[in-house]
Amino acid sequence: MTTMRAGWILTRRELAHWRREPWGPVFGLLFSIMLLLVFGFLFGGAINVPGGGDYIAFLLPGMMALSMMFGVETTATKMAADAGKGITDRFRSMPIGSASPALGRVGADMTNSAAELAVLLVGGLAIGWRITSDPGSAALAVLLLLLLRFSMLWIGIFVGLTFRGGGATAAVQVLVWPIGFLSTAIVSAETMPAWLGAVAAWNPLSATATAARELFGNPTGLTGGVLADHAVWLALGWPLLLAAIFIPLSARAYRRLRD
Amino acid sequence: MHTLIAEGLRKRYGDLSALDGFDLHVPAGVIHGLLGPNGAGKTTAVKALATLIDVDEGTASVAGFDVRTQAAQVRRSIGLVGQNAAVDEVLSGRQNLVMFGRLYGLTRTDAETRAGDLLGTFGLTEAADRPVKTYSGGMRRRLDIAAGLILTPAVLFLDEPTTGLDPRARNEVWTTIREIAARGTTVLLTTQYLDEADQLAAAITVVDHGRVIAEGTPEKLKREVGGDRVTITVHDRLAETARRLGAEADEENRTITVEVTTSLIDIVRTLDDLGITVEDLQLRRPTLDEAFLKLISKEAIR
Repeated sequence: MTTMRAGWILTRRELAHWRREPWGPVFGLLFSIMLLLVFGFLFGGAINVPGGGDYIAFLLPGMMALSMMFGVETTATKMAADAGKGITDRFRSMPIGSASPALGRVGADMTNSAAELAVLLVGGLAIGWRITSDPGSAALAVLLLLLLRFSMLWIGIFVGLTFRGGGATAAVQVLVWPIGFLSTAIVSAETMPAWLGAVAAWNPLSATATAARELFGNPTGLTGGVLADHAVWLALGWPLLLAAIFIPLSARAYRRLRD
Repeated sequence: MHTLIAEGLRKRYGDLSALDGFDLHVPAGVIHGLLGPNGAGKTTAVKALATLIDVDEGTASVAGFDVRTQAAQVRRSIGLVGQNAAVDEVLSGRQNLVMFGRLYGLTRTDAETRAGDLLGTFGLTEAADRPVKTYSGGMRRRLDIAAGLILTPAVLFLDEPTTGLDPRARNEVWTTIREIAARGTTVLLTTQYLDEADQLAAAITVVDHGRVIAEGTPEKLKREVGGDRVTITVHDRLAETARRLGAEADEENRTITVEVTTSLIDIVRTLDDLGITVEDLQLRRPTLDEAFLKLISKEAIR
């Protein structure tokens, strides 16, 4: 109870940041829109979707999954900043639950990412993307996307607490690009060389992107394979597995935090 | 009745022994100085007492609570002010204090009242609603200390609170620390500066390599490390003057450094009797280096 309360107070700290300095999150939202336009119109014309279908319809769920994954940067950077400045040590010396600082990040980052998702949904609808399934499936798609963000949060918390210097967060900021692109988020795995396609298909990001496509009723760009057959289950399993690994690792990193 | 007790604390980080049988006894309501060079184990000791790290061996208690088995009670009894100002730079001073107050379990109204009081006490009322990133180093440090005092803790840990501050800000912080102790909070102050410990602390523990090498009132320690040093610059008759004062002459700078064992007057009288023209005469405290060399050599002999 007190852990949740403290977590909520720390979530509100972040909301207060946005009120004081709105340009950070606003720029984040603009960046999502920019990426959407770059891929939708600049590159989109040159990309074919295997199995047929409109590229914008294919792209949108992928873009949403990509944006959820990129959230790991924010989490790691902010966690590292607090740990580096000794703010996390202050929290640790206070009578609050040891999960509270992490819960504060969960609250703040999930809010931020939900807003990003909303912007992509509205932006997508504006450029011709459509949900052709039922509302229940669409809601499940949104939940699976948020679940991916949730698992990324714990990776970010672990990285931020473990490597407090700027170096590790810079590494995260660079690494998300190849990991993000080596998936089916932007292009179908079937257009890649076979070995690369296999790697991309096993990327957790691909599971969420493909599941979201199926659930929104958009083309998946896949004509067969494990990913095509079990996308929703994979999109459920991958994030849960990642969270199951990184929640205990984060808890350990928090307890052992020291100079 | 001791508010802070540490007995035989040991903590190793790989090959490094950060605490090597560290002992500490601090009575209630005083400022106690923990003095030592960089890497002596001061911060590790504070972190162990503030429940931030587990020690490998030894026992410690804060305000009557065991740091290992009663960590939650210890955390309700302490305020920790670490080496960097651990406050949120984007938020205002008031928002910071309200947030920390809420985290300590105060209601919104109580947290706001307490924040207002503390901002007043620390002379931050005018700057209260400005973002902390616009604060000076001294203001930031005072806000940092205020955040450690929200619940009026039994014990306040101040880990090198004046490092990196200019002399004026340092004085402000010193005044603040004295006021905190005057209201009954026990303060454990770590510092690298002998004069800081001397100015503030009722008693000092000197640490090196994770062990206590000396302990006592500032007066006692100063007696152990010897009195003030006076450096005399003379125009001529350097060697003769040095011999009469029983000190070594520095030929290059034409100076003589003498330890003031009895009184400065005696030294001045000796110079006067000799008819020496003194160009410059400077009185200073033994430096921390001199003190440590002396204390460590004593420790080695013992």
